[in-house]
Amino acid sequence: MIAQPEPQSAVIRVVLPAHLRTLARVDGEVQIDVKHPMTQRAVLDALEARYPMLRGTVRDHVTLKRRAFVRFFACEQDLSHESPEAPLPDAVATGTEPFLIVGAMAGG
Amino acid sequence: MSTVRLLIGTRKGAFILTSDGMRKKWDVSSPHFGGWEMYHLKGSPADPNRLYASQTSSWFGQIIQRSDDGGKTWETPGGEKIPGSYDPPAGVSNKFVYDTSAESGKPLTTHQHYDGTQRPWEFKRVWHLEPSLTDPDTVYAGVEDAALFRSTDGGQTWQELAGLRDAKGNLWQPGAGGMCLHTIMLDPGHPDRIFIAISAAGVFRSDDAGKSWRPVNKGLKSQYELPDPDAEVGHCVHRIAMHPSRPNVLFMQKHWDVMRSDDAGESWHEVSGNLPSDFGFPIDVHAHEPETVYVVPIKSDSEHFPPDGKLRVYRSRTGGSEWEALTKGLPQRDCYVNVLRDAMAVDSLDPCGLYFGTTGGQVYGSSDGGDSWAPIVRDLPAVLSVEVQTL
Repeated sequence: MIAQPEPQSAVIRVVLPAHLRTLARVDGEVQIDVKHPMTQRAVLDALEARYPMLRGTVRDHVTLKRRAFVRFFACEQDLSHESPEAPLPDAVATGTEPFLIVGAMAGG
Repeated sequence: MSTVRLLIGTRKGAFILTSDGMRKKWDVSSPHFGGWEMYHLKGSPADPNRLYASQTSSWFGQIIQRSDDGGKTWETPGGEKIPGSYDPPAGVSNKFVYDTSAESGKPLTTHQHYDGTQRPWEFKRVWHLEPSLTDPDTVYAGVEDAALFRSTDGGQTWQELAGLRDAKGNLWQPGAGGMCLHTIMLDPGHPDRIFIAISAAGVFRSDDAGKSWRPVNKGLKSQYELPDPDAEVGHCVHRIAMHPSRPNVLFMQKHWDVMRSDDAGESWHEVSGNLPSDFGFPIDVHAHEPETVYVVPIKSDSEHFPPDGKLRVYRSRTGGSEWEALTKGLPQRDCYVNVLRDAMAVDSLDPCGLYFGTTGGQVYGSSDGGDSWAPIVRDLPAVLSVEVQTL
């Protein structure tokens, strides 16, 4: 039996906040093809490649650090403070659950 | 018949107001970029349908928008997808990176901070966009932390004119509104001359198209804001204005004091005269009368509303010092709004039209040089900027 090669990429579901959906001119969640390894950085790289107008809105252009009032949620967990290189939850990596990009609560 | 187009930036979106040359009936657009802070929109003098807009958000940062049809449709310049590529795409129209290269004039990399320490420049937002007088693809951006950027490809990419920060930038420090470069004036008589103004730093002039700069603040006195009232830099200039036919004559609304220069900023003298308060933000010059100047006095720096609850534009027909209140059609009781520095503009029709927006969301217009006023729209979000195009 011949071993099947590992897939080189997978389709990831990403939910954008309303203002970024407007900017990217999309409705609802977006599906993007992401190369392995399946990390936060890989998702954001692929998102920005597909929607260049989002560059600089989720993370800084130069430092690539998450903007202060942007949060990353998935599988009912806050992944905002995870390393950009940490593997994403399997449910996100397999497209079962979406990766949520969220504008932080303003309070008040 | 002429058309007048007002470009209104507010805390929660941009609005485009249009009228014919009578300026009595206005069409108010639905919001563009609803929910975003629209600091400034301005059209190219060389192609009035080319508009640039600064769109910002505390959450999502800076966006530059561009229109080629007078604001009907917009795009982020260069934001198009590169098909089938994982390489960094072209979407860098919102990328403002300070120049730290040795060959560009050894720009300073730190400025004074509130606590007396030196702090690195950190980009926050674009306050003002100034399109070139002759080329629709060239546009200048005044940003916070204070610096001047230029694009020569229609806003797709931006390069800092870093020589400005060599003009004693280590002594600049943020005022309460942030360390912002808010005014850019291109001299129609001298194509290589640019004036800029920075809050809590002052006025600066370049005579070589932005390569080198020097402060031009002689004559400004800031008795309660600076330990040395005559300091070369540090003055809180709120706005400067010129008449295009006479670019060596400049008018300034400083934090306190209305000032005038007759020598392109080499020296300034006070022309506050009989104003009820010489604190304020905007200042502008009549389109056809270079000695006719307008300001909106605000009570004080600790009370950002008009004196006595009366919203009054003051007009001088003598280039300053002698001022008259313009009140007809403006609220003369219980009015406590502010008019911000970029929120007044004049059209080029005859008689000259004036427009200003308030933090209460009203936009007022006058089609008779300020003699009488009427609200064009009353209930917009807080107005940050007003520009007008005479088409």
